[in-house]
Amino acid sequence: MGKGWCLFFLFWPIAAVVSCAMAPWIGWSFPYDNAQAASNLGIRIDGLFYLILVITAIVFVGTQAAIVYALWRGANNREERADCVHGNHKLELVWSIIPGIILLFLAIYQMNIWADFRIKKYYPEVAVKDPIAEVTARQFEWRFRYPAIGKKLQQKPQPDDLHSVNELHVPFGKPVMIQLRSDDVQHSFFLPALRIKQDALPGLQIPVWFEANKPGTYDLVCAELCGWGHYKMKAHVIVQPEDEYQNYLKTLTEQQFYDGLGKIAATENDSESEATEK
Amino acid sequence: MSVLNPSPTGLQPILKPQAHHAPGNFITKYIFSTDHKIIAIQFLFTTLLMMIVGGALALAVRWQLAFPWESMPIVGPWLFAAEGGQISPEFYTMLFTMHATVMIFLVIIPILAGTFGNFLIPLMIGADDMAFPKLNMLSYWFMWPAIACFGLSFTFAGGPAAGWTSYPILADLAQAAPGSGTAQTFWLLGVTFVGFSSMMGSINYMTTIINMRAPGMTFFRMPMTIWGLFITAILQAFALPVLTAGGFMQVTDRLLGTCFFYPSGLVINNAAPTVGGGQALLWQHLFWFYSHPAVYIMLLPVMGMVSDMLSCMCRKPLFGYKPMVISMSAIASLGFIVWGHHMYTSGMNPAVGMAFMVATMMIALPSAVKTFNWTATIWGGKVQFNTVTLNCIGFLSMFIVGGLSGIFMAAVPVDVYFHDTYFIVAHFHYVLFGATLFGVFAAIQFWFPKMFGRMMNEKLGKTHFVLTFIGANGTFFPMHFLGMQGMPRRYADPYLHGYLEHLLPMNQFMTISAIVMGAAQILLFINIFYSMFWGPKAGRNPWNATTLEWTAPSPPPHGNFDVLPVVFHGPNEYAVQNGDHDFLMQTEQECEPPKPAETDENNDTDNEQETSR
Repeated sequence: MGKGWCLFFLFWPIAAVVSCAMAPWIGWSFPYDNAQAASNLGIRIDGLFYLILVITAIVFVGTQAAIVYALWRGANNREERADCVHGNHKLELVWSIIPGIILLFLAIYQMNIWADFRIKKYYPEVAVKDPIAEVTARQFEWRFRYPAIGKKLQQKPQPDDLHSVNELHVPFGKPVMIQLRSDDVQHSFFLPALRIKQDALPGLQIPVWFEANKPGTYDLVCAELCGWGHYKMKAHVIVQPEDEYQNYLKTLTEQQFYDGLGKIAATENDSESEATEK
Repeated sequence: MSVLNPSPTGLQPILKPQAHHAPGNFITKYIFSTDHKIIAIQFLFTTLLMMIVGGALALAVRWQLAFPWESMPIVGPWLFAAEGGQISPEFYTMLFTMHATVMIFLVIIPILAGTFGNFLIPLMIGADDMAFPKLNMLSYWFMWPAIACFGLSFTFAGGPAAGWTSYPILADLAQAAPGSGTAQTFWLLGVTFVGFSSMMGSINYMTTIINMRAPGMTFFRMPMTIWGLFITAILQAFALPVLTAGGFMQVTDRLLGTCFFYPSGLVINNAAPTVGGGQALLWQHLFWFYSHPAVYIMLLPVMGMVSDMLSCMCRKPLFGYKPMVISMSAIASLGFIVWGHHMYTSGMNPAVGMAFMVATMMIALPSAVKTFNWTATIWGGKVQFNTVTLNCIGFLSMFIVGGLSGIFMAAVPVDVYFHDTYFIVAHFHYVLFGATLFGVFAAIQFWFPKMFGRMMNEKLGKTHFVLTFIGANGTFFPMHFLGMQGMPRRYADPYLHGYLEHLLPMNQFMTISAIVMGAAQILLFINIFYSMFWGPKAGRNPWNATTLEWTAPSPPPHGNFDVLPVVFHGPNEYAVQNGDHDFLMQTEQECEPPKPAETDENNDTDNEQETSR
């Protein structure tokens, strides 16, 4: 019966490897088309993921095979007594040093990606100079505040700011930065397609940058438990070419400041808000 | 079959003095008992009972994910008549919060420290009881106020609904969610009571192990089980006060308005709390400072027990005893400095994230060493394919999956994507269910004869193992794919989001697997209760094992040993090449040492033996 058990334990790693290998072909991998990230940084993160996947897959197959083989030998052992082995220092040194080197390599290798992602010093200058919007999470919706066309985002809300709910438009092909905050509990700004995630912590304003590399509509979800309606905190990020983005801002301005007479009320406040900016 | 062999050395057996606190009547013997074995059995049945509760909560969560908003079978119409039997989102948040709470605080930690810690520590080190028997009793009875608090919290609107991590502001301010009212306060009190219970236990275990070892039982002759429990007790004693302090701060935030954890300027439910000035991040640091080591509190004892059981079942000495002890200590000490890897996305300084990342990567190293050593222990052994071995191999193969998926989490940029998705859920279920509970199942089967004097049923045990293993893999492995596809945790209805719509069939498959796994546990209960009364009687040493507990009668009487054991060498001396049996109990002295100086103080000789082999 021992061999039967060996086969039982052999089955699972095989099933695991097969299902992992099939995953990209049957849509079990990263979301959206071709399972490829919609941002350059995301593609680098995916690369790191696949590197770790290959390393862990080798270790997984190796260790599982070793266990099954050891069991198989053990089941066949016709001798009266097992081998009397207390240890082997050389062997143990080998299997401590090799994983040590691999892990250290992984740790150092990914530092660049992390620095580009989160360390402010490495943020793209364009994005830092001109944050495109302030994103405020609240139970259970996302609120966006853009500066008026041609102006810069201010710390405090301005009278001519543009507002929208659950729909964030961003220009395509250039790094953009948002200021993330929360009004009430902790939320998390999660853009699966772009591999972006950042918690929105009440009391803090956290800058987040990303660069979408293909236009499209992507889901924005909340990844941190924020109450009973956590699952329905649903928004979209619409990535579009620069001119469409500018058009959208114009439409938003018109909608927001339409006073019923066809005049855009915001223009009246222009001089005032410029003064506060300075 | 008894192998009590106290004096081939010519030493006179030392007769034990009368046990100092022999019980007088039924109540002192079976209810308010100070005997570590009875307390262990009390812990065992309490935690098994709680496992049913925790499992039922998990099945309800899985029901919602497989058949969202459909009436829950059997209990639905009875529990939620108003909603037509369906789970409300408020109730769903309570379900997973309480599933985690019950499983972690009332099942895994107490079954390891409470049951096996209590039962095995005095027996394995050759003591007649714990150092503080009354404190020991109290540590069990402090479970009950905790169970009462958790139970009461169910009865308030919504139930505690902030997740087991209890992150502020959701858990800190009553107006933040329906379940953040009184229920959350009771939840926090429950955690505090459990904390007291664990604290009393860990003080007791440390004192007992340091002071009450039998003559000859040096630290490096202790069985790995004792090492696991000892290091766990240290971890608990240092980490737990931080959580308790944090929990206390949260309670004062809630009841007295101290605002440790909430800043000013919040607008919750269209109302603004009047004061502020706190910082939500502070809670996360305090919480994870305990809760990361807690992962090892839930793992190290199992690692120890599996080391001993595997070695016994393969009839081979444990491969690399000292490296195993050192790697265990390394896991524990590194465990204290890696809590930040739970907070990569939290908004703490990203430079700190890098430091945590390097430390986290390094923790994989001792874990790898342990895995290789276990494999090497099986290698060349005479494997006995019984329930104990199968569950140990189940532990090993699932621990490998859980350990390897941990590397993805340690890598900060990758973790950013996986954080709070089902990939994380897969990882910790592989470690906490896959590894820990399989280890526990093996340990129950292995030490059952010592606990109750009877053997457990092998056929039932094997069937239980196979069904559980299939169910566990079927439930938890697809979670990796859910995580890759970006399905966040704690969603009552993920299919609301376009990119997750197609995940329903996968979730249904997992739910069916979970039901199989849950049903399999019925076999475990049948096996335990049947064997307790009608199992074949076991002798002192049914497994031909080497450690001290097997020299005592089964079950051991009050005071444990009939003669005080004297220890001559390390544990796991199997595959002894001369003599009439292939193992050497710790109380036996080798008649003629087969090879020069095989004591473990002299580990260098192991090397020579190996090369000569």
